[in-house]
Amino acid sequence: MNTLRRLAPIILGVIVLAAWEGLVRLLAVPAFVLPPPSAVVAALLADPNTLGLSLWFTLTVTLQAFALAVTGGVALAILFTRSPLLASALYPYAVILQVTPVMAIAPLLLVWVGYERVDLAQLILAWIVAFFPILGNTTLGLRSADAGLRDLFRLYGASKWQVLWRLELPSALPYLLAGTKISGGLALIGAVVAEFVAGSGTGSGLAWRIVDASNRLNTPRMFAALALLSLLGVAIFALLSLVQRLALRRWHDSEADIANV
Amino acid sequence: MMGQGPAPFLELQGVTKRYPNGTLALTGISLAVGEGEFLAIVGASGCGKSTILRHVAGLVAPTAGRISWSKPPATGGVGMVFQEPTLMPWACIRDNVRLPLDLAKVPRAEADARVTALLAQVGLADFAQAYPRELSGGMKMRASIARALVTRPRLLLMDEPFAALDEITRQKLNDDLLALWREQRFTAMFVTHSVYEGVYLANRAIVMAPRPGRIHADIPLDLPYPRDEALRTDARYAAACRAVSLALADAILRAA
Repeated sequence: MNTLRRLAPIILGVIVLAAWEGLVRLLAVPAFVLPPPSAVVAALLADPNTLGLSLWFTLTVTLQAFALAVTGGVALAILFTRSPLLASALYPYAVILQVTPVMAIAPLLLVWVGYERVDLAQLILAWIVAFFPILGNTTLGLRSADAGLRDLFRLYGASKWQVLWRLELPSALPYLLAGTKISGGLALIGAVVAEFVAGSGTGSGLAWRIVDASNRLNTPRMFAALALLSLLGVAIFALLSLVQRLALRRWHDSEADIANV
Repeated sequence: MMGQGPAPFLELQGVTKRYPNGTLALTGISLAVGEGEFLAIVGASGCGKSTILRHVAGLVAPTAGRISWSKPPATGGVGMVFQEPTLMPWACIRDNVRLPLDLAKVPRAEADARVTALLAQVGLADFAQAYPRELSGGMKMRASIARALVTRPRLLLMDEPFAALDEITRQKLNDDLLALWREQRFTAMFVTHSVYEGVYLANRAIVMAPRPGRIHADIPLDLPYPRDEALRTDARYAAACRAVSLALADAILRAA
């Protein structure tokens, strides 16, 4: 039963792919409308170097933006909890930045950084969208430190640094890690959006491959690039889930493995 | 008690606490605690028992009145056990118990040696590497007591530490606490709503009256130590419990 449940998504995937392949062939759907999975795989194998390089490019931008979002988000969250004045001054603008659709900011950003620096626009956009979940979650986490433990630290004359390192940051860790799972996916979206908006030029990530293939009506190649983007997103999510699990499983209820206790 | 003798170890003089919302939590608390005493503070919920401890711990400042010491305690000179075990869930028991020493930047080797000795004393030697969530409620409380004692405090404050535990665990912890007290000779202030627990442990009971919190009676309990289960069927124990219960009932009646 357990094995079946674990295999269920794979079985479903195989069935859907087989049905897709069969129906497309049976109904003779043109490849530029909907290519069969076999054609997508063929497109992927036909030019692995270009697509692989684009994958690497998108991955690099996404990870850079993500790393900057985590460091910046945590740093600002710490500043927010130190200075309520700064928090109330900056917070509304952080929210405005967050709720403004990233697509709408992209053209402006491209004008500023220049169309020859699409990679920089990608980095900034990805950072903007990935930043907020880290900031919001970490701020919440830092504030959620147990009141009893705060009293205890006070009783023993703990310094502000000791409270931050030994109490607030560990308390915030589950919140921060939950935030990274959201912002990891958002960083990828940000990296893709900038290239889409640039439309042409010096973009060289997977999004640009999709735009390029679309201009040529090379639908199998569009699917191939899309599949790589999905894989990238899944890989980021899986990696962050693993980090979360390893960091929290011994002490936090969210990741507790009851059988191990 | 006043007179020519040495200044009491700890003295509260007219301590009054009014919260910003107007609630009067404590009024005119005057209390002298002698060195080595085991004081039980007994009273109904909301009578300010915990608030007294928080004042002594320096976590709250009185609105009026003062708290004086024969010799002001250094950091770590006052240990506290809260109602909840209040352990850091992300740290193993050893690291939790070592926390006060880490905060005081005691060298690791010395700190670890003290933690090891103390964990053995409270019966947690085999659980040094365990995380709090892997321990029972009683064991977590033992860890909390070990942490409070790791700085070798002169005063141990306990705020209904065993209220959430089952009766058997609670009695065992009471006995172990008394053994630690007799061995380490710290002064103890133990808040409880259980007359029986207070009388079993302490050599003096402070009975509090609610709304606003004030001291209603100060009853010496001169039952001999060491105390054990046999005491619970002792007529003197029953008499002492009755005296404290009557004072408590009287306090609540007058407040109503």
